[in-house]
Amino acid sequence: MADRNPGVDYDETWLHNIYINLPAVKRRADTLATRRTVKKQWQAAWLLRAVTCIDLTTLSGDDTYSNVERLCFKAKHPIQNNLLKALNMQDKGISTAAVCVYPSRVADCVKALKKARAMHIPIASVATGFPAGQSPLKTRLEEIRCAVADGATEIDIVINRQFALSGNWEGVYDEVKQMREACGDAHLKAILAVGELGSMVNVYKASLICMMAGSDFIKTSTGKEGVNATLPVGLIMCRAIRDYYERTKYKVGFKAAGGIRSAKDACTWLSLMKEELGDEWTKPALFRLGASSLLGDIERQIFHHVTGHYASGQELPLA
Amino acid sequence: MAAEAVPCGDAVHANSVEGIFHSLTYGPAPENDDIVKAWLDKHNRSFGHFIDGQWFKPEGRKTFASKNPATGEVLATTTQGEQEDAERAVQSSRKAFKSWSALSSHVRARYLYSIARNIQKHQKLFAVLESIDNGKPMRETRDYDIPTVINHVYHHAGWAQLRDTEMKGWKPLGVVCGIVPWNFPLMILMWKVCPALAMGNTVILKPASYTRLSCLLLAEVCAQAGLPPGVFNVVTGNGAFGSKVAEHPDVDKVAFTGSTGVGQTLRRLTAGSGKKISLELGGKSPVVVFENSDIDSVIEGIVDAIWFNQGQVCCAGSKLLVQESIYEKVIRKLVQRLSHFRVGCGQDKAIDMGAIVDESQRKTIDQYVEEARAEGAEVYQPAIQMPKTGCFYPPTLITNVQTVSKVVEEEIFGPVLVALSFRTAKEAINLANNTIYGLGASVWSESSALALEVATSIKAGTVWINCHNVFDAAAGFGGYKQSGYGRDGGKEGLYEYVQPAWMSKPHLPSLEVNMKTFGTAEFTHSMPGNEQIDFQQNETNKPCVDHTYKLYYGGAQKRPDSQASRTIFSPQGEVVGLVAEGNRKDVRNAVEIAQKTASGWAKKTSRLRSQIMYYIAENLELRRDENAQLLHKMTNRNYENCLEEVDLSVERLFYWAAYCDKYGGTVQETTLYGLTVKLHEPVGVVGIACPDENPLLSFISLFAPAVARGNVVVIIPSQKYPLAAVNMYQIFDTSDVPGGVINVLTGDRDHLTKYLTEHQDLQAMWYFGSAEGSKFVEYTSADNCKRTFVNYGQIRDWTKADQGQGEEFIYHATQCKNIWLPMGDIFAN
Repeated sequence: MADRNPGVDYDETWLHNIYINLPAVKRRADTLATRRTVKKQWQAAWLLRAVTCIDLTTLSGDDTYSNVERLCFKAKHPIQNNLLKALNMQDKGISTAAVCVYPSRVADCVKALKKARAMHIPIASVATGFPAGQSPLKTRLEEIRCAVADGATEIDIVINRQFALSGNWEGVYDEVKQMREACGDAHLKAILAVGELGSMVNVYKASLICMMAGSDFIKTSTGKEGVNATLPVGLIMCRAIRDYYERTKYKVGFKAAGGIRSAKDACTWLSLMKEELGDEWTKPALFRLGASSLLGDIERQIFHHVTGHYASGQELPLA
Repeated sequence: MAAEAVPCGDAVHANSVEGIFHSLTYGPAPENDDIVKAWLDKHNRSFGHFIDGQWFKPEGRKTFASKNPATGEVLATTTQGEQEDAERAVQSSRKAFKSWSALSSHVRARYLYSIARNIQKHQKLFAVLESIDNGKPMRETRDYDIPTVINHVYHHAGWAQLRDTEMKGWKPLGVVCGIVPWNFPLMILMWKVCPALAMGNTVILKPASYTRLSCLLLAEVCAQAGLPPGVFNVVTGNGAFGSKVAEHPDVDKVAFTGSTGVGQTLRRLTAGSGKKISLELGGKSPVVVFENSDIDSVIEGIVDAIWFNQGQVCCAGSKLLVQESIYEKVIRKLVQRLSHFRVGCGQDKAIDMGAIVDESQRKTIDQYVEEARAEGAEVYQPAIQMPKTGCFYPPTLITNVQTVSKVVEEEIFGPVLVALSFRTAKEAINLANNTIYGLGASVWSESSALALEVATSIKAGTVWINCHNVFDAAAGFGGYKQSGYGRDGGKEGLYEYVQPAWMSKPHLPSLEVNMKTFGTAEFTHSMPGNEQIDFQQNETNKPCVDHTYKLYYGGAQKRPDSQASRTIFSPQGEVVGLVAEGNRKDVRNAVEIAQKTASGWAKKTSRLRSQIMYYIAENLELRRDENAQLLHKMTNRNYENCLEEVDLSVERLFYWAAYCDKYGGTVQETTLYGLTVKLHEPVGVVGIACPDENPLLSFISLFAPAVARGNVVVIIPSQKYPLAAVNMYQIFDTSDVPGGVINVLTGDRDHLTKYLTEHQDLQAMWYFGSAEGSKFVEYTSADNCKRTFVNYGQIRDWTKADQGQGEEFIYHATQCKNIWLPMGDIFAN
């Protein structure tokens, strides 16, 4: 695995002269899926790769140990074993990239993964007043420390939108930097909440700022905003990752979250990563898909690939 | 960001799920082509013409094989037509025209609607067939070619319905011959067929040899859609066969898209015949990139501009102009982008580029590139996997070339981009316009003030801002300069398929005109005899002060180079005056000064132009009697009648003064989220040769629309009766007409016409003289594709509103530019 991005000193000039033409960005995003497609065993293989990039997520008020345990078991066995066998992919360690929960459920994950004998699966916890981030910095930082103490190795923080929208980028930088410190060895994924940033220029700026402050990943959204992981947003964030890499040689990961439901979408996202950033960004170390229902559709597609029949929902294990 | 090595040992096959799981490579994703095979097999893979609603396969014809360029596989054979096939098709179209043009507009609209519906029913077949026959990516035929075709038919079903209201005063031409290229076989032919049928014409279509199949399929589908026999005929054959159809006396119009060379040939072939012609020709369209642009999006824009359809696009953005400050960065990103380009069989749905249409085309492209390389150009072609067989050419970027390089000057028609840098916007415009072509251009900048200024300054029929190669049926597409004239699409495109309702097509005998000697005869100067001169005396019994009419250009009277005068006689043989005898050098001087004036005049506000036109009218009115007297003396028409001509001239000036600020353009209702703005731009410097009838009124009726719409003119007044026109010099002077806007050359009409028409820096020639002269003008205009407006020796009644003014004149005085302005910055809250 590559070295973690240590971040760089805040430099306002990086935010100057940023030009983004949304119609042109949309056009690229629209044609991406039509320029690249995968069929047959390529499709099956790509879908399995997508599975290994999923942060299998539950973020609900009514989460309890029961459904968290189900989630953890599913993370270990994301695709039915007989299907994997048919593809000769059994025993290849196909699991999701992580499970993702609220801080209060981290301990449940530890317990469940232990039961599932899947302690190798990282536990990601959202934190810092997720999803709105409208809590005092002190408690937001404390939340990170709690989650890490409970066993989370990845922390999905939300940035301060009030700062971003009022142009206080240095404020955003300082907070994320402190959050990174609070994470310690846990990896930090900075959620931009793109749907609340108003413009693509702000999405780009927020991306750069979070990387400068030492984020390991930048992530589109909480899944709770009006607009979440759309391809145009992903394109802009990938461009920012590329630009940051060109300036610093540090590789920062990308996580698309919110609204990704179909297997086809997952392949398109992989294509986007492959085309815009290269093959390295198609692996869980640098690419994640935050999703809950996506896995079900992928499993259905693989079922179809293997059997030639369309699956019934009840045949496949719930997450 | 190099791809990681694939960690798969010998045990794991690269194309197994596990192999791919590790490598995440793309695999083949072919479209099923059974549907095409079935259609070809149904026709035993052998096609004739489609004439009069049925297949027509004459015996003993040579055939031509249609191939899939990606594989070399022969798909079917088609027929090489001969003269009698052309004859048969023309007769059928002629006959069908009678009934088709007599239908109500609504009924024609129903037929077009039905065609659109029936194409949609077979959309997949069309898309796959087009991809297989041409080599282009199925992604493009599916998402671009065929949807555009359907868009055009629906749009024109609307124009068919609205013809009687929206095109009042116009009528169909008759039989239209469409000759179309192989790069967008079906789409471009539809650009001709739709407006032609909607306006009530019938069509004979000759597709390009490489790509005849989709056209033949269309003919079949149209017949199934119920289109009456003969309304749309398809004939196949070589270029010479196409010429035969085009020059057939019963063909009234030639609609052509293709190379500039063939366009010029067709123009010469049909010169003087009275056939209407529209030419959509080659291009070397610039992509102008400013430092304040979204560079990553620019890179994708360049992909759309030059690697769309393997660069075989007449408006391909083949000339990249980048501001020096970001030049290196753009080139670096472009190289990186090309490193993961995918080239393959057109039916593969995971490719960026397909096959080149034919080996001969591939060779031409390669020759250009190799020649550039030999001259020291830097040629970048990515080290990507290319198909091992088939007709393919890699995406190519050429740097280290300059304006003098052949690859910068000429159209390559392949996936080859040349890149140059510029320093300022002004320099960018100069470089963009430094070409004989003017089809398309794109401007990339996030400053709308800059982008719009550059877009209006580039001389091209379509300018895209922050995008390239976007089309819509509602916006006309066509060229400036040697990219041709006429528009495909939009209301502007309809005018190519109609003629004024009052006009009857002249029955022109085939004229022999010697293009070398026409108009060369030098004026043999003869002094008028003493007995003919009627010395004028004023009331004080002293001789009048001599009044000398010189030439008028650059806002001043100039002595003619010939230093000679031409005597103007009355019908009774009396000398009524002398005018200067203009020649070649006067043409040279006048055009030069007109050209210098042109851009300034075009930029003047419409209000100022109209004020000047009104002022001319005002001053003409002040000299009403004097001009009537002159007309009376020259023509011997009665004085009242001459007064009427002066009054009508004043009225006509009012008419065109009114139009100065009422024809700027419109917003086109395309599918673009944003604005597609059509500008009616001036044509440039217009040469005009006036007729002898109504010598003052015709002079005014011709210069006024041109000048009102921002053109500058070099005008030859009536050869026989020039005095009223030259009497306007002083009126122009006192009406604040800027020097160089109206330039008047007197003398021999045909002599001056010859040198005007041959002048490469004249953008249009309007000629109202003999049938021979008309033929000469049309023929000679082909050299630089200047627009023409001629009378074929027919007389029109300038006193009538429908003949002496109106849309016909505005059409000739303007050219359409469509500027595409995508909008949008809001994507969420």
